Amino acid sequence: MSKLICHQEKLNESNICDLVKICPFGALEAKNGTLEITAGCKMCKLCVKKGPQGVMEFIEDVTPSVDKSLWRGIGVYVDHIEGEIHPVTMELIGKAKELAAVVDFPVYAVFIGSNIKDKAQELLHYGVDEVFVYDYEELKHFRIEPYTAAFADFIENAKPSSLLVGATTIGRSLAPRVAARFRTGLTADCTTLEMKENTDLVQIRPAFGGNIMAQIICPNTRPQMATVRYKVMTAPEKLCEPSGKITLCQLDPAKLTSAIEVLKVTRKENEENISDAEVIIAVGRALKSEKDLAMVEELAQLLEAQIACTRPLVEAGWLGAKQQIGLSGRTVKPKLIITLGISGAVQFTAGMNSSEQIFAINKDPHASIFNIAHYGIIGDLYEIVPQLIEDLKNSKALACAR
Amino acid sequence: MEILVCIKQVPGTSKIDVDPITGVLKRDGVDSKMNPYDLFALEAALRLKEQKGGTIKVISMGPPQAKDVIKEAFMMGVDEGALVSDRKFAGADVLATSYTISQGVRQLGSFDLILCGKQTTDGDTAQVGPEMAEYLGIPHIANVLNIIEVKETSILVEMDMANTIEIAEIKFPCLLTVEKDIFQPRLPSYKKKLSTKDREIKIISFQDFQDQDEHRYGLAGSPTQVERIFPPAVNSDRETWTGTSAELSSQIASKLRQLKFV
Repeated sequence: MSKLICHQEKLNESNICDLVKICPFGALEAKNGTLEITAGCKMCKLCVKKGPQGVMEFIEDVTPSVDKSLWRGIGVYVDHIEGEIHPVTMELIGKAKELAAVVDFPVYAVFIGSNIKDKAQELLHYGVDEVFVYDYEELKHFRIEPYTAAFADFIENAKPSSLLVGATTIGRSLAPRVAARFRTGLTADCTTLEMKENTDLVQIRPAFGGNIMAQIICPNTRPQMATVRYKVMTAPEKLCEPSGKITLCQLDPAKLTSAIEVLKVTRKENEENISDAEVIIAVGRALKSEKDLAMVEELAQLLEAQIACTRPLVEAGWLGAKQQIGLSGRTVKPKLIITLGISGAVQFTAGMNSSEQIFAINKDPHASIFNIAHYGIIGDLYEIVPQLIEDLKNSKALACAR
Repeated sequence: MEILVCIKQVPGTSKIDVDPITGVLKRDGVDSKMNPYDLFALEAALRLKEQKGGTIKVISMGPPQAKDVIKEAFMMGVDEGALVSDRKFAGADVLATSYTISQGVRQLGSFDLILCGKQTTDGDTAQVGPEMAEYLGIPHIANVLNIIEVKETSILVEMDMANTIEIAEIKFPCLLTVEKDIFQPRLPSYKKKLSTKDREIKIISFQDFQDQDEHRYGLAGSPTQVERIFPPAVNSDRETWTGTSAELSSQIASKLRQLKFV
């Protein structure tokens, strides 16, 4: 077994101090001139790499690796509720095709449910080579034991090298269960996936609340598993001609039993929440009257955005309190936010300054919003917005005509 | 009713930077706290005990300092606590952690119900609960919004499925991961702090486990490897655009197209 050892004889007062500081987990404790490694150690090996030479040593034990040539293909879990396929599935198929191209692998989809044979056809329009369908009455609702059994059956038969699962409620419950069964690695919420020539999947995800990115591999076990959130990858274009085949799979009836019974399914009412929005148009006090909101709404529709605002607009009763961004409102982190006539007081920017792309339109070149905006546009919103709406409409029309 | 709650000690802050030159993690102190999501699991357990009686145990895994979160659980009303701790567990990823805790759970007896928070604030994976359930051979339900009714041999819960809410009945023994806000967690009580200050916390180490295969724990039992860590790319470019309204609006439109928002 790999282990970390400390050559106590090479320690002195100053390097003990250095080592204690180097460990980001506080797992090195100085005790009367010796150094103790505590259970807080995460084996990050920083003490070996960055510490005084030769004091800490990592003794590696060669882990037996699987025969990677026996595992081929990239599998995608078809996320759905009662046959309604979640769009994250297509996005993952798109990514799987890119990854598969590097090592010349087939792309598989595994579809588990009830009365889904027809719906599996749909997937063939996205370039999947083979859809494995488990279609049983007992699989109508997502219940962990039979779904895990079906997924496991697919893995045993198809032997996929990598598996991509949407980080939906179902995916986040099912993927870990499957990973544990195969004693393999699973990386949650990957934002980047790449394929190495040797079929190792490079998985990058944010760690420590997004303050650090971690690049993770799973070199000694197969299948390699990753979950990816919706709207992280890009779906491929739907092809007119279907390709690939559908394989109906059998499952031992004993594996379909469950200790769970789903009694009732209620559809949630769609409540829009600016905290989840990916695109936001935020308006501020420069908006002269309530009826001018119509123009903002039109822009929001074109960008599939939600409308948010600063506090004065809530106080005026033009927009609801749930739409307020800032210290006394909500915190948002959309992919795009366009602020219209907002000066950028700290009380507001505290609620949105971690947005990925910030466009700010304001007449005053000295407005503090320009200190945080990636694109600061100095101008009058009443002149720019109507023209922008026209521009966007035209480009939409062009896209449809193509 | 025998309930077990899984809790974890997490860093008090998620503010961590990587030194751009040395690649070393820079941390602000070593403040730590109980994973806030675990408070909801603890509260759910306490409410169930008030209703049905029984005992509540907590289990945690980590360095000896992690005893602090078990003491905090005592102050909320938990009866017993154990810490799974051993240098042999160092470098455990999700899989090795789940397996290690499941081995620890087996040392604590049998349970009707195991409760976990939905995720931790440091790892953020939400995977340990379901993986543990697999190793314990019991069914699980994640994202439990509400506990509707506790029956003799089963429990009725409401679960959040993104677009739907489902009501399901699950037989004991089982594991549930509960959503934030399932119940408002109570504050630790000073009285209980005094009355539990000498309560023993059981330490479970590798030698106590049934499975003595060292390759299933710590770094050796971890299939995933971190190849490197690096700071996320931040969008720090700032541009200011001036011009006529027509120029500006077409500039915005083309930028939005370039960034694929149109």
